[in-house]
Amino acid sequence: MPEASADIVRLDGAEKHFGAVRALAGVDFHVGAGECVGLVGHNGAGKSTLMHMVAGTLVPDSGRIAVRGGIEDNYSVPRAQQLGIRCVFQELSLCPNLSVAENTRINHPALSGFGWRRKAADLIAAKLDEIFPGHSISASDIASDLSIGRRQMVEVARAFTVTQDPLELVILDEPTSSLDAHTAGQLLAFVRRFVASGKSCILISHLLGEVLHNADRIVVMRDGKVVASDAAKAFDRDRLVTTMGGAEAREKIAAEIATQKPETGPLRVRARPARQEDGNELVAHAGEIIGLAGLAGHGQTDLLLAIFAAAARSKTGIEVTAPVALVAGDRQSDGIFAQWSIAQNIGIRSLARLRNGLLISPQREAELATFWQKKIGIRTPDMNNNIFSLSGGNQQKVLFARALGSDAKIVLMDDPMRGVDIGTKLEVYDLVREEASRGRTFLWYTTETEELDNCHHIYVFKNGRIVANLRRDELTEQKIIQSSFGDAA
Amino acid sequence: MTAAPVETSPKSSSERGKLARARLLRSLLPALSLVLVLLAIAWLNPRAISYFGFSLMLNLAIPIALATIAQMFVIAGNELDLSIGTFVGFVGCVTATWLKDAPLVGVVILLASIGVYALLGALIYLRNLPSIVVTLGMSFVWQGLAILILPKPGGKAPDWLLSLMAFKPPFVPFPIIAALLIAAVVYFGLMRTSYGVILRGSGGNAAALERAGWSLLRTKIVLFALAGLFGVLSGMALIGITTSADANIGNGYTLLSIAGVILGGGEFVGGRVSPIGAVIGALTLALAASPLLTFMHIPPDWQVAANGAILIIVLAARVLISRRER
Repeated sequence: MPEASADIVRLDGAEKHFGAVRALAGVDFHVGAGECVGLVGHNGAGKSTLMHMVAGTLVPDSGRIAVRGGIEDNYSVPRAQQLGIRCVFQELSLCPNLSVAENTRINHPALSGFGWRRKAADLIAAKLDEIFPGHSISASDIASDLSIGRRQMVEVARAFTVTQDPLELVILDEPTSSLDAHTAGQLLAFVRRFVASGKSCILISHLLGEVLHNADRIVVMRDGKVVASDAAKAFDRDRLVTTMGGAEAREKIAAEIATQKPETGPLRVRARPARQEDGNELVAHAGEIIGLAGLAGHGQTDLLLAIFAAAARSKTGIEVTAPVALVAGDRQSDGIFAQWSIAQNIGIRSLARLRNGLLISPQREAELATFWQKKIGIRTPDMNNNIFSLSGGNQQKVLFARALGSDAKIVLMDDPMRGVDIGTKLEVYDLVREEASRGRTFLWYTTETEELDNCHHIYVFKNGRIVANLRRDELTEQKIIQSSFGDAA
Repeated sequence: MTAAPVETSPKSSSERGKLARARLLRSLLPALSLVLVLLAIAWLNPRAISYFGFSLMLNLAIPIALATIAQMFVIAGNELDLSIGTFVGFVGCVTATWLKDAPLVGVVILLASIGVYALLGALIYLRNLPSIVVTLGMSFVWQGLAILILPKPGGKAPDWLLSLMAFKPPFVPFPIIAALLIAAVVYFGLMRTSYGVILRGSGGNAAALERAGWSLLRTKIVLFALAGLFGVLSGMALIGITTSADANIGNGYTLLSIAGVILGGGEFVGGRVSPIGAVIGALTLALAASPLLTFMHIPPDWQVAANGAILIIVLAARVLISRRER
């Protein structure tokens, strides 16, 4: 089979610079027909930049792009759509003020004229039914009313709808980051069916298992270059992590946590969820890492927010004995000050310490920022750059630096690792454990079972209540699933 | 990852139903406030609730509604137009002079002024300028041009315009028919057509629209041109009612139109606007502005302040409902 003609898309020597930052350094990349290519690498490795080029939203500084063997000189988004290349971007790109059907219309210029609303509604509803049976999303729902997971489902389904343009290749950038295990499974099964029908797919995910099980071929990127490209069978988890330049494997962590028996420090938090009817309550002592598990959105975030509020103003049922900081999960809307520099974003939780008389001392702010830049490796030439000059994972590191650099003895984490690459994750895990051993308390809500390995104690939530209370050595994924789905006590 | 069914994730359908109800309540708020004002008027002066009463009280509502719609198009694209008031005044001056004496020149001037609006939209998008600054500057330009055309109050509306605005249909007063017509046309155009979705989407998530291959330059130009068009209609309607013009005749319309959009359930950012609400908001403002206060025997000196108080009360009620939505 001649390889060139079977390629849907091929990039040769693609380069891209953003100011002084080199995002891509001469990348060769191709996707064949009927192939699912997994793309992995740390945040900032250049995956998103590469995908923006394939989708037509970014033009390479140099290099060639060819679609189905034909060189494209004026490649753009409309051209990509004509050629059947779609992209689901990592940041949600629905219009929150529009309905699901109207959002579908935005991607389909052909949906116009008399009766377009009906057509758009039918189109998206059929695709949602096909990919996510039992989804309970209506085409007339306004996007902002949907949970973040459902918005992601709509966005994915929208990318697979077809009107006049063909559909050849869909780029899925972290498509499961806001989905729970069940819907993620539905999506990945659909991707396999899609690929089996001769279409192509690029799957970007930080969940290495997802890529290993679903991709035909895996491309690994590091520092703006492709460092490996091989059949998925040729990789296993360890080889992937090593190729990406990741840190040590997680078994080490688990062993470390298991051997560490923290002496029970003074009580830091004692909290009862508002809807708790029995006597179960969450108890956290100094130096403990407490995991909040269960399915997404079953009251974990609510409890964290209640604890956060109780630190400022006492509240019945919740006892907090030390200053609190929160690391937000939805960093775009809850975490970041978009107009501010990286240093200012770190300093905001510690203003009292940074003050010099009535003013903020720029020098102390810079010291704090530089200290944390070194400590958790925020990749930037200048901490005075705008926060948006950072990649997603580095932005999240800034939020960690904000919390850990403060005087807070209790750190609440609201699923903060959403869409963060494994290298950053492992670094942050180390940091969390180190800080805990110095007496800080962490309350950690996570949707990824692997992360619970870092915790000393796990509470499983269901319908706003604590339904199980597990020690680290009792923890198995089986148990969490059981408690999450079992009848509420 | 282990698969398992999930039916109880956040924002389940019942919760979304609650959100939808809250939004319905909010969209009913403009109508409620209008009913409240009408009840107050009926209680203070029952005779006002009649064909002639409404014709008189709502006389000035048509130009206010048109100016509010103009403002709404700009707000739909996350911008603000501070020049709409003086623009209405400028159009009024053109209508009372050129459009009567040399209709062709008048029409060309009015079309050109819509073109200027479109260019402003392009300028704001291309140079990434804050619309508040650009339109504030333009407000002085329009005012200056109006004074150049008509240094002293005067001029006369074209006869066809006078007879149009004096039209007396049977049973239902003309201003009410006009308001219904404006609301229906704009609702269909912005809320139901496929390009209306793109226009509102540009206010909701401009980046997403651009990625889908739509031109944001074009949406901005279209929104501003529509604002210009409705500004022209507003100025002409105003002169059809007042019969002669004054360079300062529309100055109050800038803030009235913004208040009308917000009163009607619109929001300053996010592409959340409602044409029907905006027209109702304009009617409420027109009624609350002077008929209600006159019936309450509030001296003219205090009417402007009382008007502001009414606005604050209604907007505060809206904020309370919006907060429940979250």
